[in-house]
Amino acid sequence: MEKTNKIFPGKMVFGFFLSIVMTVLAAIVFYTDFTSSVKLWIIGALAIFQAGVQLIMFMHMNEGKSGMINTINIVYSVFIAAVIVAGSIWILSTGHAAHY
Amino acid sequence: MASGTSLPLEYSTKQNEMNILGFWIFLGAEIVLFSTLFAGYAVLEHNTAGGPAGSDIFIMKDVMIQTFLLLTSSFTCSLAIHQMRNNNLKGLITWLLITMALGLGFLYMEINEFIHYVHEGATMQTSAFLSAFFTLLGTHGAHVTLGIGWLTLLIIQLVKRGITPVTARKTFIISLYWHFLDVVWIFIFTFVYLKGLM
Repeated sequence: MEKTNKIFPGKMVFGFFLSIVMTVLAAIVFYTDFTSSVKLWIIGALAIFQAGVQLIMFMHMNEGKSGMINTINIVYSVFIAAVIVAGSIWILSTGHAAHY
Repeated sequence: MASGTSLPLEYSTKQNEMNILGFWIFLGAEIVLFSTLFAGYAVLEHNTAGGPAGSDIFIMKDVMIQTFLLLTSSFTCSLAIHQMRNNNLKGLITWLLITMALGLGFLYMEINEFIHYVHEGATMQTSAFLSAFFTLLGTHGAHVTLGIGWLTLLIIQLVKRGITPVTARKTFIISLYWHFLDVVWIFIFTFVYLKGLM
């Protein structure tokens, strides 16, 4: 088999570096004096960004002939997940649930 | 034999391509599965029914250790695939073993954490918050446990058969699974632990 890769796994090391930085950043933000909702928005954004790093740099999501199908599938799943989570919180914290 | 000259060995047959695509679709379903558990947790988080809240039982230091163990194992797993693509069997198995050791370390921490909670009187039956918490964390932990068993079997197969199109495909698929577990953990770390401790 021909060697298609470079010997040094630069992409993976960079991905790992980014993941560490974002995890540490999340921990730093956690200890700051911002209000909880501001902190939650920041660390939430960091989590989503870190998930993207994993998907693209470690999982090679857009690689191969089905790269585009993989991407569409995952984006669709994430959309469904967001609807389930945000929708549940919305429905169960407003309307009747909040005023019985 | 090879259908695409620039693609790695694990994509070399039609069957392999389809299996990898199929696994991505499975991961899509897993995202939705975990989203329902996250939704349940987010809704029930404040219903502590007189029992302990997250901020009473979570320990930041332990959570950070767990996070770094899993994060590093995800990285070593990507290094294993890198070695596989360089056709280096020894490197592949070495990194897979390191990945497994880190996974076991994570599991050890998590089981200890659960035992600790139960001793503090925070069981699954205590409150809606803890039911949702143990369901979400337990499902993730069960996935990690399954991953370790799967990895063990795969390493045995790699030792016996070496890197072939079939074992390369199997190894690539388990790497997807392992990275996915880390992705789920990032969200548990953020929206369960950090949010709970705020």
